[in-house]
Amino acid sequence: MALDKYEVHEHDVIVIGAGGAGIRAAIEASAQGAKTALICKSLFGKAHTVMAEGGIAAALGNVYPEDNWKVHFRDTMRGGKMLNNWRMAQLHAQEAPDRVKELEAWGALFDRTPDGRILQRDVGGHRYARLAHVGDRTGLEMIRTLQQHAVHKGIDVFMECTITRLLKDGDRIAGAFGYWRESGRFVIFKAKAVVLATGGIGKIWKFTSNSWEYTGDGVTFALDAGAHLIDMECYQFHPTGMVWPPSVRGILVTEGVRGDGGTLKNALGERFMFKYVPEFFRAETAETAEEADRWYTDKKNNRRTPDLLPRDEVARAINTEVKAGRGSPHGGVFLDIASRRDAESIKRRLPSMYHQFKELADVDITKEPMEVGPTAHYMNGGVRVDADTAATAVLGLFAAGEVAGGLHGANRLGGNSLSDLVVFGRRAGLYAAEYAKNFKGALTVDAGQVEALARACLEPFERTGGENPYAIHQDLQECMQSLVGIIRTEGELKKALEEIATLRERCRRIKIDGNRQYNPAWHLALDLHSLLTVAHAVTVAALERKESRGGHTRDDYPKTDPALGKVNVVVRKVRDELAVNREPISPMPPELTKLLEGDK
Amino acid sequence: MPDAIMRVWRGDATGGAFKEYRVPTDEGMVVLDVIHKIQATQANDLAVRWNCKAGKCGSCSAEVNGRPRLMCMTRMNLFPAGEPITVAPMKTFPLIRDLVTDVAFNFGVAKTVPAFKPGRSEADGTFRMMQQDIDRGQEFHKCIECFLCQNVCHVIRDHPENMPAFAGPRFFVRLAALEMHPMDTDSRAEYLRLKAGLAFCNITKCCTEVCPEHIHITDNAIIPLKERVVSEYYDPVAWLLRKLVGK
Repeated sequence: MALDKYEVHEHDVIVIGAGGAGIRAAIEASAQGAKTALICKSLFGKAHTVMAEGGIAAALGNVYPEDNWKVHFRDTMRGGKMLNNWRMAQLHAQEAPDRVKELEAWGALFDRTPDGRILQRDVGGHRYARLAHVGDRTGLEMIRTLQQHAVHKGIDVFMECTITRLLKDGDRIAGAFGYWRESGRFVIFKAKAVVLATGGIGKIWKFTSNSWEYTGDGVTFALDAGAHLIDMECYQFHPTGMVWPPSVRGILVTEGVRGDGGTLKNALGERFMFKYVPEFFRAETAETAEEADRWYTDKKNNRRTPDLLPRDEVARAINTEVKAGRGSPHGGVFLDIASRRDAESIKRRLPSMYHQFKELADVDITKEPMEVGPTAHYMNGGVRVDADTAATAVLGLFAAGEVAGGLHGANRLGGNSLSDLVVFGRRAGLYAAEYAKNFKGALTVDAGQVEALARACLEPFERTGGENPYAIHQDLQECMQSLVGIIRTEGELKKALEEIATLRERCRRIKIDGNRQYNPAWHLALDLHSLLTVAHAVTVAALERKESRGGHTRDDYPKTDPALGKVNVVVRKVRDELAVNREPISPMPPELTKLLEGDK
Repeated sequence: MPDAIMRVWRGDATGGAFKEYRVPTDEGMVVLDVIHKIQATQANDLAVRWNCKAGKCGSCSAEVNGRPRLMCMTRMNLFPAGEPITVAPMKTFPLIRDLVTDVAFNFGVAKTVPAFKPGRSEADGTFRMMQQDIDRGQEFHKCIECFLCQNVCHVIRDHPENMPAFAGPRFFVRLAALEMHPMDTDSRAEYLRLKAGLAFCNITKCCTEVCPEHIHITDNAIIPLKERVVSEYYDPVAWLLRKLVGK
């Protein structure tokens, strides 16, 4: 048959993406006896998880014995402005401690308490110090531990291999189509089940903490295959990215800086966060600098510093300060740990931050404050999944990690991402393997569809003269930064839709020079389909949610609307068009509602 | 600011040459920014690996003016303005294209390293380890797998024929981390001696010098491993005992 000319691999389960969620899913699927492949765009171990800094949230209770899953659940729901999938938030809080212990049993070396247990640190929105960590390079520890564990498990790893489309047989998943970056040759994966673990979409913005890989592939595959997206408008802008020099703008400054005592100040030297405490968090937030400072060492008798409000609140506050003319010289605000902690402990607790500012900005963070401002960071929404099984609306398609929506609601708390990866990575691998095991029929890959996909991929080589893919990408980033950034209005969002449509047209005229061998211009040209699709999805969702909640702030609807707090904004693809709906969130069972009571 | 003059290697396994590009620069730029600018405006198909652009993922290794470095952490103001800067791919690994090399060798070695083998945990399923007992291990775990140490190691850089019998500094760091893990129960002395080729290393410290994470590869990883192999296999007292007992 016509597939003969292609390289074809057959597996029970393929996992697309090899960050924390992908590797954990592959380990689990393989442990269940499924023949498993792990496919990633970069080299193995380079995925975005490597950049996670602050830690992994789990109610181990090592530092505060009063901590438990119920408190973690409550904090996650409140941080997400109650838009979260409550069942995911429950499973996450319940299972995170076991996943952290598992990492330790696989060789991870977390920082220790004086009695030799895993140490935990503070970050925003968590009532207790909860993040297991390794200085400020927790993600590296996690991905390396998973990678080294996976290497001995008989998983087939396909590195520098980009998937461009999922393949279906009728209404079921049948595999995926892609190409080797090195050679440009096409490759077909036949599989009973596919786990998406492709991460986020940060590359649609200009100032972002995300790497080139974050082009929204998984979100686009899911949409194209018929799955649904939720809460795409609730994108997280991390409050503290570097702002100077221009070439490093957006690189992340860990929330651990504030967790370890760093405070935000404006150009007047004011600790301005005290002015921005919302009613929702007032009862649990310190009112004076003295109380806030005491809180670091005595959490029982003092309330938390407003520097550690959830990220959406802090990002908006910084934005407001800068707009009011109280910003730092380069358009951010100051983050000061130098005057608050001694140089030795800063270097020990925050070695990467010390290094990063020293080498990239000529700033010694033990002596002077950092300049920071919001940076595109994390997709709170994503592909809608079943909480327990990570299954999407498409048979055989599962999703876990940043690509999946639900757990974080309208805003994610620091540290809840790494725990999300391992809790739901494991679940996705488990249920994908189970699905594959139970599926007895035969799956056929349509040779005609494959031919068409291959032809479409090669079109940009055949055109004569035309657009540069880098220029289109840059224009998309300018558009999203200025029109679909932290603060949104209907007029700007509509303008963004027009610009995205124009960019889509320009994509049809892209001309690629050179050949298929490791050609980044061609790779970007193909990624633009995903970039434009997710930009479009975020914008239509942002138009639909006429309120401000979590990561989504509308200047024309500045308040939260209780009615909209009960719905998800759902995006689907219907006959090549994006359709957007509001769908009710299922009611929370009383035993969970009870956990949220007692909050003023 | 004068334009940067960049001489970038262009080519593949069949051959290539340095090609010169003039690039306008801004304050604070690193070499990787300039490479990206060339890519976006002058040579769209210029192949380069990168991910985090913050010195955390170890993808953008190259030789800048002959020195192995991460391009994302190499500031342009390190070099005299207006003088040409050469950017070449890592020499030790086979070239794929332009600045991208085939580093599969390293992933091959990784598969052969004997896995972590933990001892018994506490009743609650966790370990008790004191911070001072894991400080050294954490130093080794800082490795971002940029493979600059592998690239600069003359055992394989000048003698590719040694590759099948030599793991290289990155994996000595990995092996030291495993051997010094307080909960590990395995011994990798035989692997170190017979498979990893530890004895090839004559501690010239080139690896330590290029490590962007400042891991003391030679002093803290390689030398203690060498001592371990020596005491396991070449201890004269143990040798005598073995002779006498007949084992």
